[in-house]
Amino acid sequence: MPSPLIDKPAPPFQLAQLRDPGKTLAPGDLKGKVWIFNVWASWCVACMQEHPLLVELSRQNLVPIYGLNYKDGRDNALKWLDTHGNPYTLSAMDADGRVGIDYGVYGVPETYVIDKNGVIRFKQIGPVTPKALEEKILPLVRQLQG
Amino acid sequence: MTAVLLMVLALPAFANEAAPAAQDPALEQRVMRLTSELRCLVCQNQSLADSHADLAIDLRNQVRSQMQAGKSDAEIREFMVARYGDFVLYRPPLKSTTALLWAGPFVLLAAGGLALGFYLRRRRKRLTESELTPEQRARAEALLHTRREGQTR
Repeated sequence: MPSPLIDKPAPPFQLAQLRDPGKTLAPGDLKGKVWIFNVWASWCVACMQEHPLLVELSRQNLVPIYGLNYKDGRDNALKWLDTHGNPYTLSAMDADGRVGIDYGVYGVPETYVIDKNGVIRFKQIGPVTPKALEEKILPLVRQLQG
Repeated sequence: MTAVLLMVLALPAFANEAAPAAQDPALEQRVMRLTSELRCLVCQNQSLADSHADLAIDLRNQVRSQMQAGKSDAEIREFMVARYGDFVLYRPPLKSTTALLWAGPFVLLAAGGLALGFYLRRRRKRLTESELTPEQRARAEALLHTRREGQTR
């Protein structure tokens, strides 16, 4: 099932940042760069599966990864990042899951590639696999950055 | 006197206002009717109305609050489709991407009918073809006859 959100503008939001709740994140802040948007939660078992891959990707500095911390608690989320590593430039807190609904989230983790104009170009439901990263996500990111 | 009358008159209105939205039976009925047409994406063939999944509860609340905000059923259905795709509808709309879904059963039925007709025709042809020529029949009868005579002897 292809997501109806492909080639549509990333739905707007303004959410408090996980580590610094005084600050916010909005997709508009990221105009002009290609970014990966990853929906995660400390309670999400499948997130553990893709997490090392995201940490490794963030080390390569190819593309910034922003997180949507979905229906989670701040303390649990921060503890999870401290334990497993933090691949995110920053994460926004979607405590009630309202933004998740706008992004059509139904199987955490979900991952979006968003282009310089703020348009969603790719969506992965479920954990990012090495294959999806190598064959789809990274080639698309390079093409969009080019 | 007027003050008392006003207070009495205002009482039912006040009671209405105090009732939480979730206990408005007409609204709840409308929520249930619409969500029973929407698929719970994280469940095995359950509607949003039936499911206790976290996401289903969130989406039911979403439907309720949009109804309270005056949105029509069609608008709410559109809201869901824009986010989750036609898959969220138990009765997907007829359009190019869903044509196969709608026509599929009929196409399969027609294909099955054609295959059956073809098979029956071939079978009938095979049966008539395998019928014996008069000479073959005579020879077969002769053979059977001698054999039978041989047995009785």
